[in-house]
Amino acid sequence: MNIVILVFGVMMLVAAVFSIETKRIIDSVIGLSVVSLLSVLLFVFMKAPDVAITEASIGAGLVTAVFLISLFRMRGGDES
Amino acid sequence: MRRFFSALLAVLFVYIIFQFIQVLPDYGKVDLSKRVSERFVLKNVSEENGKVVFGKSRNLEDGSANIVTSVVVNYRSFDTLGEVTVLFVSALGVGLYLGGFKKLSCKIRVNNILHIGGGIVFPLIMLFGAYIFTHGHLTPGGGFPGGTVIAVSVLLLYISDEKFTVSREKSKLLEGTMGSLYVIVGILGLMIGGFFLFNFMPTGTVGKFFSSGVIPIVYSIIGLKVGSELSGIVTDLFMEEGWK
Amino acid sequence: MIYTFAILLMGIGMYGLISQKNLFKQLISLTIVDTAVNIFIIAVGYVEEGKAPIYFKGAVDSSVRFVDPLPQALVLTAIVIGLGILALGAVLLIKINEKHGNLDVEKMRGVEE
Repeated sequence: MNIVILVFGVMMLVAAVFSIETKRIIDSVIGLSVVSLLSVLLFVFMKAPDVAITEASIGAGLVTAVFLISLFRMRGGDES
Repeated sequence: MRRFFSALLAVLFVYIIFQFIQVLPDYGKVDLSKRVSERFVLKNVSEENGKVVFGKSRNLEDGSANIVTSVVVNYRSFDTLGEVTVLFVSALGVGLYLGGFKKLSCKIRVNNILHIGGGIVFPLIMLFGAYIFTHGHLTPGGGFPGGTVIAVSVLLLYISDEKFTVSREKSKLLEGTMGSLYVIVGILGLMIGGFFLFNFMPTGTVGKFFSSGVIPIVYSIIGLKVGSELSGIVTDLFMEEGWK
Repeated sequence: MIYTFAILLMGIGMYGLISQKNLFKQLISLTIVDTAVNIFIIAVGYVEEGKAPIYFKGAVDSSVRFVDPLPQALVLTAIVIGLGILALGAVLLIKINEKHGNLDVEKMRGVEE
């Protein structure tokens, strides 16, 4: 169990550093979504099911949608 | 140069916080009888009860099987009223800045599979969200996740259909009504029991659907309010200036 | 230990908040800090060999240990409020972009040396 938590923790740190240092903004939004998804796994290991459901549906759905729609409004039609 | 100084500041911050968490007990070795959560788990904050058994204990102080629900809605219900107010203010701010009457149009036509599939999946997701917030006292979940699942289903319909909009008057009306209903339930508790947001309906056996007093009603109110609020935020992001 | 990962994630988020020039990246770093604080709060309330805090059939509560339910109740609403703050911040960025033309802190018109 400890090895699994260690691997997921290191993946989360790598994804956070990637999402800050990359040049395109779409890549950093995807990195944020990966950080949210791995934190859902940590919540399940700590036996908190209510918090895991809430974070899964917000972090993977609504946060990405809000960021992409506001990017679309700023650049004037670069995405589909 | 800027990166070097900001990395130095971040390392200093991490070091200071590490020194401060030495006062906490080790990870996992917490003695729960020294914290106040022991009385929330055994449900004896103001009365003395025996053991709590699933399916048999009747007329306890608070009869829900999900302990987190009983903390959020019954023991600390005033804090939940404050959080609902904060959400309302942020949705109000988004609605003041953006808002128009014409939907954003993009240059790519919506695929037919997405159009038809979205129409089929939308009522199923909405039914799932309604199941989550009505069974908040028996299964994990509650009002807040149920509301966000409903908002995700509305977002799906926005993406997959070019002419779908939600009228702003109806969603703001629903949100305001649900907010006022929560305060009215609190005032009813004040009139009947003597405390604001008192649990005035009888709490039955732990584990049945019609149990635990006013908790399912309050969670349904919160679920509808959060769902309509987040759908209002998504709607305001999609509309732009102009007239119909 | 999970305490270490949460505090390192907070440090990475703070580094991003101070050193990035694009306002969008600063908003993303703020969200990373928010997620890290939520993980830390729930890690404070974990009991070893405890079960999830829901009564189930066959539970007699003096011999079954539950995980602490109070931090979970606090974090449940904090996550939804984080989403509300993010939406308000994104709206402010849209308006800044309309007024100044781009989102770079050093290139905005009207900010003088």
